[in-house]
Amino acid sequence: MKNEETHISSYTSHAVVLIVLLILTFISVAATSWHFGAFTVAVALLIASIKVATVIFNFMHVKHESLFIKAMVGGVFALFAVVIVITFIDYYLR
Amino acid sequence: MSTQAIHSEHIESETGKLGMWIFLFTELFLFGGLFLVYAVFRAKYSNDFHTAAAELDTFIGTLNTVFLLISSMTVAMSITAVQKNQKNLAIFLITITVILAGLFMLNKYFEWSHKFEYKIYPGSEVLKNLPQGELLFFGLYYMMTGLHALHVLIGMILLTINIFKIRKGTVSQSHYLHLENSGLYWHLVDLIWIFLFPLLYLIT
Repeated sequence: MKNEETHISSYTSHAVVLIVLLILTFISVAATSWHFGAFTVAVALLIASIKVATVIFNFMHVKHESLFIKAMVGGVFALFAVVIVITFIDYYLR
Repeated sequence: MSTQAIHSEHIESETGKLGMWIFLFTELFLFGGLFLVYAVFRAKYSNDFHTAAAELDTFIGTLNTVFLLISSMTVAMSITAVQKNQKNLAIFLITITVILAGLFMLNKYFEWSHKFEYKIYPGSEVLKNLPQGELLFFGLYYMMTGLHALHVLIGMILLTINIFKIRKGTVSQSHYLHLENSGLYWHLVDLIWIFLFPLLYLIT
């Protein structure tokens, strides 16, 4: 939390991020309509994860936050991933 | 403003934002629990989930995704506008965000009432007679989209409060934590929908 200068994101950068998000949404809709079996779920969730990371880094300004907030956000999402993995290991090994 | 005042303003902003992030993490795990229930039942009743999910309209889902993504951009831009002391632009951008949120809710209203017409709602006779997996899908659909819609409503209220605060001057170029935190909340609403959309509408 050393940096006291406030970063002001430009309107253009926000618009570019929106265009990227919209393109990813349409790719996701198109990709899932092709139905390639088990991969459909993986593709849809992978695109959703990329979109979520884009929103967190850009719109939520994590890119310009202190290392502390960056580490905390990263850590919590990693913890969430661990919870999902453990649940599925538990579910499949029953 | 003195250097000391700027410093304390900065610390207040940092701690305020930190508190908001911790709250957002609890929200993440609230919805995360529901995602897990969905994932496990989807694995158990994949055929029923496939049939039930086909009932949902992908077009409405996509349109709502577009509304939320644009609103996420306008709320992020409103923070830039406040930082640049462009009060009117900030108010305009927040108003657009609230309107888009309203359109999202309107779409949701049409979607739900369409289901209600076919007597597909929690506790209905039609739903009770469906196979177990379909019953679970619709139960989760109403629970997840309902809880999300409640968050949309709360977000709309928070953003509207910001419009008044900007007008009054309590949210300004030098003090905009309230708008930043409302923005973070609004982005969370968007993040949750980014996952709900493929899970409910796309992966059939």
